Amino acid sequence: MITATANGRNSVPAGPPAAKAAIRTEDLRKTYKSSRGDVEAVRGIDLDIPQGEFFGLLGPNGAGKSTTIGMLTTLVHPTGGRAWVAGHDVTRQPVAVKRRIGVVTQNNTLDMQLTVAENLEFRSRFFGLSKGVAARRAAQLIDAFGLSDRKNAMADQLSGGQGRRLMIARALVHQPDVLFLDEPTAGLDPQTRVNLWDILKVLHAQGQTILLTTHYMEEAEALCDRIAVVDHGKILAEGTLDKLLAEAGAETIVTVRYEQPVPDGLAERAGLADRPGVTKVETDGDQLRVFSGDPEGLLGDLVNIGAANGLHVRDATEAKPSLETAFLALTGREYRE
Amino acid sequence: MATTTQPAGIGTASGDGAQVASSIARLITDAPVPHPTLLKTFGAMMAREFRVLGRNAPSTFIRAVMQPLLFAFVFAYVLPKIGSGFGTGAGAASGLTFSTILVPGLMGSMFLMQGMFGTTMPLVMEFSWQRTIEDRALAPVPIRVLAIQKITAGAIQAFIGAAIVFPVVYWVHAPGQGPHIDVTSWFLLAAVMVFSSTLTASMGLWLGTVVDPRKMQMVFAVVLLPLTMLGCVYYPWSALHVIRWLQILVLINPMVYMTEGLRAALTPSIGHMPLWAIMLALVGGTAVFGYLGIRSFRNRVVG
Repeated sequence: MITATANGRNSVPAGPPAAKAAIRTEDLRKTYKSSRGDVEAVRGIDLDIPQGEFFGLLGPNGAGKSTTIGMLTTLVHPTGGRAWVAGHDVTRQPVAVKRRIGVVTQNNTLDMQLTVAENLEFRSRFFGLSKGVAARRAAQLIDAFGLSDRKNAMADQLSGGQGRRLMIARALVHQPDVLFLDEPTAGLDPQTRVNLWDILKVLHAQGQTILLTTHYMEEAEALCDRIAVVDHGKILAEGTLDKLLAEAGAETIVTVRYEQPVPDGLAERAGLADRPGVTKVETDGDQLRVFSGDPEGLLGDLVNIGAANGLHVRDATEAKPSLETAFLALTGREYRE
Repeated sequence: MATTTQPAGIGTASGDGAQVASSIARLITDAPVPHPTLLKTFGAMMAREFRVLGRNAPSTFIRAVMQPLLFAFVFAYVLPKIGSGFGTGAGAASGLTFSTILVPGLMGSMFLMQGMFGTTMPLVMEFSWQRTIEDRALAPVPIRVLAIQKITAGAIQAFIGAAIVFPVVYWVHAPGQGPHIDVTSWFLLAAVMVFSSTLTASMGLWLGTVVDPRKMQMVFAVVLLPLTMLGCVYYPWSALHVIRWLQILVLINPMVYMTEGLRAALTPSIGHMPLWAIMLALVGGTAVFGYLGIRSFRNRVVG
């Protein structure tokens, strides 16, 4: 078991929301009741995201990211804690919150009975723009998102990437204070994904506050100012990429899997923890895992130590510092996408 | 001069990227300031319904016109022509054509069909796996306003569907078999039609939010068919006095009050139940099913 190094949560918000916070939560929780027992989807999340920040919730599927976004966008009722978006309480002032947010859900919620242009026009009118202004805004969005040749197509005739672009365009019609993106590039091809990243980078450069969830580590690395690593409904670590790496993943992780279980006490007898640079040694069934800032020669030594104790190597990996090693260090588990 | 030709290609390539970036950036800098109000959002949602209805107009029209057309054809043309015993009951005894009895009944069944289909079927789609309902749920109004909008849209379809019955029965009948319609009070007719529409649409909202979409077909069979068959479509309620237990049992059927209300407004020569009972059931039923429907709609939308 890993007892993680310094847990990255250094600020626990308390009291009313600060004026400049775009998103703030206090011990936010969601438990789904069901006949087969309660499911704790979110188990106490604290966030404090200032205006203008590009913030990422990173975690595997089922970590509680979508439920968290659901609560922040008023579509899921929290069962504990509080949350404010753009200064308004999500439970007590849901309409005020909805006026100030744009949401791109993970599922395709485009209005399939309308054309591309109509999707944008009617959304604009839902937000109180007059017919003429709505049509102009729709034209502006269609142009910027490269959908001009599809503007009269029905929404269900779009490709995956076009649909996703239209959903982002639609979320921007009313100039939201906060843009929520739930897994915006899931299921898209790499080229389309990079194109979407470019759009999001420009929006962020213009000062758009963005909260994004993703299970792609490279997406969080490429886009976000700050990242919260989430699993099992809790934030495991939070901070800039550099801070996360410094706290949890600055070491290289060398893992050797033997064909036999590792005997108790082997790591201690071999003095692995006393090697220069080693911060942690873990035995896990047939695996021996060493975290080290100085991995030179470590792999070979682990093979030799095994051989001297009658263990044959099945495979070995050396993971350079990255979000992936940070995740491994924090959870003791391989990252599952 | 030499520099103008050489970098042109590069200029265009990087110019495209820069152009896209600047048009994206302008979305933020050149954005109109929205001023949503409850009324504007509600109006926009209704406009969206009419756009979709207009686009599907041919299929909507066929769906709305087929039932009364076939009913009128069989009951007011075919059966009188072949001289079946149909229409020799209470109506015939007092010299009324069967089509006179049928008009209110047919309208009542149209309210039910159109109101429930018009409200329930879109909901089944919107709550299915992609949950497109979330699109409308994020509009800046309370969720109950969205539910009321759904009832309004369904009620308008029900109203139009029932109104289509008039021209159909006027044109489709055997010689001498036309309906004798005598509107005693336009106000009463309007009230009965409006509240019959809201009642069926409220029932549709409630059903569409409490029933598992996969079981919807079964529910239509179990709900729609008995309501129609036992909704006093083919006979006035008073004629049921010979089967006393059934006359009392059908009082739980909302459709009875629609058809009886229409009889009171359109064909007063046929006996009908007291007006107060009719209006109490139509208005009270709208309130009860509206409340239940809005509540279950909210529970389905906000998890």
